[in-house]
Amino acid sequence: MSAPSYPLRDSATMLRRNLLHARRYPSMTLGVVAMPIIILLLFVYVFGSSLSAGIGGGGDRAAYIAYVVPGILLMTVGSASTSTAVAVCTDMAEGIVARFRTMAISRSSILIGHVIGSVIQTMISLVLVTGVALAIGFRSNATAVEWVAAAGILALTALALTWLAVGIGLANPTAEAASNAVLPLSFLLPFMSSAFVPVESMPGWIRWFAEYQPFTTVIETLRGLLTGSGIGADGWLALGWGVGLTVLGYLWSRNRFNRSSR
Amino acid sequence: MTSPHHLTPPPPAITAAGLRKAYGDKTVLDGIDLHVPQGTVFSLLGPNGAGKTTAVRILSTLSTADSGSARILGRDLTADPRGVRSVIGVTGQFSAVDNMITGAENMALMADLHHLDRRESRRITAELLERFDLVDAAKKPASTYSGGMRRRLDIAMTLVGGPQVIFLDEPTTGLDPRSRHNMWQIIRDLVSGGVTVFLTTQYLEEADQLADRIAVLSRGKLVAQGTPDELKRLVPGGHVRLRFDTASDLASACRALGDGTPDDEGLTLQVPSDGSVAALRLLLDRLDRASVAVGTLTVHTPDLDDVFFAVTGHPDNDKVEAR
Repeated sequence: MSAPSYPLRDSATMLRRNLLHARRYPSMTLGVVAMPIIILLLFVYVFGSSLSAGIGGGGDRAAYIAYVVPGILLMTVGSASTSTAVAVCTDMAEGIVARFRTMAISRSSILIGHVIGSVIQTMISLVLVTGVALAIGFRSNATAVEWVAAAGILALTALALTWLAVGIGLANPTAEAASNAVLPLSFLLPFMSSAFVPVESMPGWIRWFAEYQPFTTVIETLRGLLTGSGIGADGWLALGWGVGLTVLGYLWSRNRFNRSSR
Repeated sequence: MTSPHHLTPPPPAITAAGLRKAYGDKTVLDGIDLHVPQGTVFSLLGPNGAGKTTAVRILSTLSTADSGSARILGRDLTADPRGVRSVIGVTGQFSAVDNMITGAENMALMADLHHLDRRESRRITAELLERFDLVDAAKKPASTYSGGMRRRLDIAMTLVGGPQVIFLDEPTTGLDPRSRHNMWQIIRDLVSGGVTVFLTTQYLEEADQLADRIAVLSRGKLVAQGTPDELKRLVPGGHVRLRFDTASDLASACRALGDGTPDDEGLTLQVPSDGSVAALRLLLDRLDRASVAVGTLTVHTPDLDDVFFAVTGHPDNDKVEAR
């Protein structure tokens, strides 16, 4: 005989808790969007003219804005995953999570609440960053369907990176360690991708890595959807990465959560 | 589960047999047996590092024992952890409240996780906030609460689900005297409502005040168990402590009484005594006749400090404090 289980209801409760945190502390969301916006402004106004010449835009800043925005959107997703890893790590050290573990609730609801909450927060951040991009002159010729598809691929990527970030948050003992451990996701991968310059301009092995790593495939897909460049195989690759990393991150996080007895 | 026959005695609140837990090569619990009847307060008493928190973590399903078994209200910890979780409430040593949200929101969170409907949730939340004197603070973030308030919120949250067995891990550690007495009253009220309380403490006075039975935990082993009175009977009778102003007074008193344990540094003399008026009068008369000036006199009846020292054999275990 066991108490009945309500996984959906418990997950909804945990999601409400996380959204309440985000609403009470809007500085967390602002922290997420600050970095990508600064990078966007730096790359457009400081490096934009030179880089534009490099991508064949003939030194036109507007051409570079169109090129760089998909990468900046991905960087926003990466930046949000830092916030998730830190939030999860901090939360696990709180007595409240120990309390949750002694209650007859669905255990996975604790993680699911974090993940859905973070994905929603990421999507809000993406809207803010897109707003800034539009304000400085980003224009898209995408149809409504293409916008929805772009939002979908971003949501899937956010889901994948969030599950990985949850795992990182669970695996690291302190918030500082978690924040460092997530750097490859939030910083290295965006720069070693087609976010700022075409992969064709990179030397040998970096180029090979950059071409197939998840960020580039998603960025190229977004570029195709928003600015009408070709997508090719990148769409399927991006979907594959998204689904694969989501499953991987989920399994890893679940394992860490059940094992950790902090 | 078979339906209980009306003659079947109720299962004990907590039973444990041979609980053992080690972290690496450090044995924290070294074979613990427990039997706690329903509706009683059981206190696990011991210094820091004795293994109290580990015992609570195992019994509340937060951690698993390396060997041994335990049941809470007849539900096995290993076979039915969910069943155990559905009847227990835990207030840990470190506050288990969500500091980022308000007291009322914390209470609502608990009500949601216990799957109460909206009306029930509002009723219970309001009642508990009132009972724990948190109505005024309910709309403020828990991070702004004082230690005592946070501990009250913590217990209020534990009570939302109507637990039958409550684990309180050092509930008064770090509280000021007033909050501590409040907490004691809260615990007494819980028990009068039929709940079983498993209380850990490093304060002997607290166990003496609250517990029906006490077990003394030292270095992972239960070194003594019984009612407070039974434990006190383990140690020899009380004594009178005389304090003197000078060493020569102390020496004269020693000669006059021919009995007792002098402490030359503290200028005190400890004389065995049952503390009765007749015995005290006799003692003072003898000192008077020898013209010894006594500074102060205190009568010392055996308390759990003596018990603790007697059963653990290290009076230097200074982490146990009698307040």
